[in-house]
Amino acid sequence: MSDADILIRARGLTKKFGDFTAVDGIGFELRRGEAFGFLGPNGAGKSSTMRMIGCVSPPTGGELSILGMDPVADGPAIRSRLGVVPQEDTLDVELTVQENLLVYGRYFGLPRSVIAARTSWLLDFVQLTDRTNDQVEPLSGGMRRRLTIARSLINEPQVLLLDEPTTGLDPQARHVVWDRLFRLKQQGVTLVLTTHYMDEAEQLCDRLVVMDRAKVAAEGSPRELIATYSTPEVLELRFRPSEHDQAAEKLADVPAGRREVLADRILLYVPDGDVALAAVRGIGLEPLTSLVRRSTLEDVFLRLTGRRLED
Amino acid sequence: MIQPVPIGRQSPDPAAGPAGPAGPWSMAVREFRFWLVNYRRTWRGSIYSSVLNPVLYLGAMGLGLGTLVDAHGTAGLGGVSYLAFLAPGLLAATAMQTAMGESTYPVLASVKWLKTYQAAAATPLRPADLFHGHLMFTSMRLAMNCTIFLVVMTAFGALRSAWALATIPAGILTGLAFAAPIEAYAVTRSKDQGFAMLFRFGMIPLFLFSGTFFPVTQLPAWIRPVAYATPLWNGVALCRSFSLGTVSPAGALLHIGYLAAFAAIGLAVGDRTYRRRLYV
Repeated sequence: MSDADILIRARGLTKKFGDFTAVDGIGFELRRGEAFGFLGPNGAGKSSTMRMIGCVSPPTGGELSILGMDPVADGPAIRSRLGVVPQEDTLDVELTVQENLLVYGRYFGLPRSVIAARTSWLLDFVQLTDRTNDQVEPLSGGMRRRLTIARSLINEPQVLLLDEPTTGLDPQARHVVWDRLFRLKQQGVTLVLTTHYMDEAEQLCDRLVVMDRAKVAAEGSPRELIATYSTPEVLELRFRPSEHDQAAEKLADVPAGRREVLADRILLYVPDGDVALAAVRGIGLEPLTSLVRRSTLEDVFLRLTGRRLED
Repeated sequence: MIQPVPIGRQSPDPAAGPAGPAGPWSMAVREFRFWLVNYRRTWRGSIYSSVLNPVLYLGAMGLGLGTLVDAHGTAGLGGVSYLAFLAPGLLAATAMQTAMGESTYPVLASVKWLKTYQAAAATPLRPADLFHGHLMFTSMRLAMNCTIFLVVMTAFGALRSAWALATIPAGILTGLAFAAPIEAYAVTRSKDQGFAMLFRFGMIPLFLFSGTFFPVTQLPAWIRPVAYATPLWNGVALCRSFSLGTVSPAGALLHIGYLAAFAAIGLAVGDRTYRRRLYV
């Protein structure tokens, strides 16, 4: 991996707000053409990291290099090559869809003709062509998100930053956004995204860091993380509440990589879930329900932090 | 059939425009142009009120009240009719009102309600560019309103000198003496309650007691220095000296310097408050 292919590099990156440390000495490298994610629960420091990368939040400590430049000294030059989809929509709801793109394109110093050409294909790309001259105000949350994505692409950015791109959207709108982001990824756009949805991270990210309490807990591809921190399969067992604790004790006799006793379920991390289920029945336990599934990033997070992602 | 979208070509693209930042002024002009796009929807209504406001005031007070005042002799007004005395004062007061309107709610809306400032801060523009761009737009609105006011004044026959043309730049400067510091303050707010106080306890007393409607010499001697220290009195005195043709170089320079100092301090403070608010 040559240096020119590393677009963003952070070492010991720290952000403090008074006594509160939002980001505590994290390090990562973003490579050209990849989709890179920050996965973690709310308050893990993902958005603060994103804002530092977006050059709107000066780091308190550590090193951060973006496209070979310094975010504090070269903010305008860096930002001219980034696309930003913020967590909270910042569209001008009083303007039309097309005016939002016009205004934004001008911020990048683009001539009107270039903005007009890009507007037409960007609105086509996010499926908003029929709303070109409508005001933003009445648009649904999903449409606004798509418009924000279109707006972030007006300057043909080298890196697209997406902070919680589908938070607050209904499932159908989420899938439309995922589909568009997946297409961008296929076209080689470098994506950086934060999310607290493990399915979003699994679907979109080539590589990710798991963040927890301002620190990086692990790094790798979704598959690597699962292979390193979990087992291929998970057996989820539910017992009657009255039998839950007793069953948990007894299950110590079933061979498993790891056991997680949650409030309502017991998880057994095993190479083969069906074999494990047979073993559970073999020692005389009959669960109310049982489910064999593959390990996910949720299991990785549980292993690393002892907590669940979306609590 | 979905066309591949030519996004993210990872090669330098000449059509992508200047990659780096342009000069400081051209960056502020980009924000100024945003406000122009925004103004396209409301400009008609704003022109109506810009015309109606001086017509009503000059009609009711300049002509109506003025007839009574003039009947008692105009020595206290410097020997001119009440209309001629009042009109340039009102022009300066209108500049103040325009400036305060532009520099309060629109700024809070940009930083808090619509978050358009945050959107712009993600582009090459710096916080100071957003500040300066909005001051450019405020200056344009001041120029428009002062020009309209001067035209109405002319129609009412309230001009006494060709120097009156200089009331337009004088009005813009008066407005900026308010707009720059108030914008610097407004961007730090997260609620609009302070604005109501600013209008009630700032703008209205200034409007009434800064020499717009009667000479400050009519006030009790102990409070006159307060009136002289207000930017509005300096603006009123400057505009009046132009409109009546009584301008003296020393007096004009003093007023201009005083108003420019307010604007300059506001500019320096605003560069900081904008950065602090947007770069967290």
